[in-house]
Amino acid sequence: MTPLVGYLLVAALLFAIGLAGALTRRNAILVLIGIELMLNAANLNLIAFWRYGPHPELLTGMMFAIFSIAVAAAEAAVGLGLVISIHRHAHTTDLDAMNRMKG
Amino acid sequence: MSFVFYILAALTLAGALAAVLLKNTVHCALALTVAFAGLAFLFLQLDAQFAGFAQVLVYIGAVAILVVFAILLTRGSETPKDGVYSRNWLAGLVIAAGVFAALGWAVLQSVPGLPHETAAPQVSVLQIGNALMTRYVLPLEIVAVLLTLALIGAVIVAMHQKVEAQ
Repeated sequence: MTPLVGYLLVAALLFAIGLAGALTRRNAILVLIGIELMLNAANLNLIAFWRYGPHPELLTGMMFAIFSIAVAAAEAAVGLGLVISIHRHAHTTDLDAMNRMKG
Repeated sequence: MSFVFYILAALTLAGALAAVLLKNTVHCALALTVAFAGLAFLFLQLDAQFAGFAQVLVYIGAVAILVVFAILLTRGSETPKDGVYSRNWLAGLVIAAGVFAALGWAVLQSVPGLPHETAAPQVSVLQIGNALMTRYVLPLEIVAVLLTLALIGAVIVAMHQKVEAQ
């Protein structure tokens, strides 16, 4: 097994764990945690391909990962702001209890 | 494959599993921090020092703290009476297992075509700064605008509107 295959398999497993968390938990914050794990798995893939691919001096993979980290930070801020807003309105963060679009 | 890689991979995956499986939400946030730290070490192991330290700064320093704040503000650490898993958790588990099977199959099928350069890339922070200011200057500016908008948007969304409440 080459190192790249090991990293890719770890990233695939991490993505699957994050997806399982996002799909099975009730708490909205834990769904966001699952999404963060999935984004991180994608970053690990990008960096691994950058390291073992040709022309690492062009920095493409690493730059993509850095921009992806920045976008994930923005997503986390807005997502958690939404969770706090919904909690203030509906007094719950249970996603199964949020079944109305009308306020 | 080095021994260090196996330790770091086990640490990361254990942290991620704990973040998804634990009942107490605060424990989940702490396990998430462990997973982020493991990923940062994996980045360092991949000779991507800048990305590794950015991971530490942004994820452990900011996102994990934000998650803890959100949990405490929403009293999410109280374990709900009717379980922590969604009603249709089995479907979610099946979908996740299917996705992992597809990804793993794709990776193992493409082993002969994967690149395997062995020389470690020598990248200095100076080169990264130069690249950010020349080739990647447009994405950098777009990310700056996006972060500003996200900051303002998060504040507006989470802001308490007293006028409507009265």
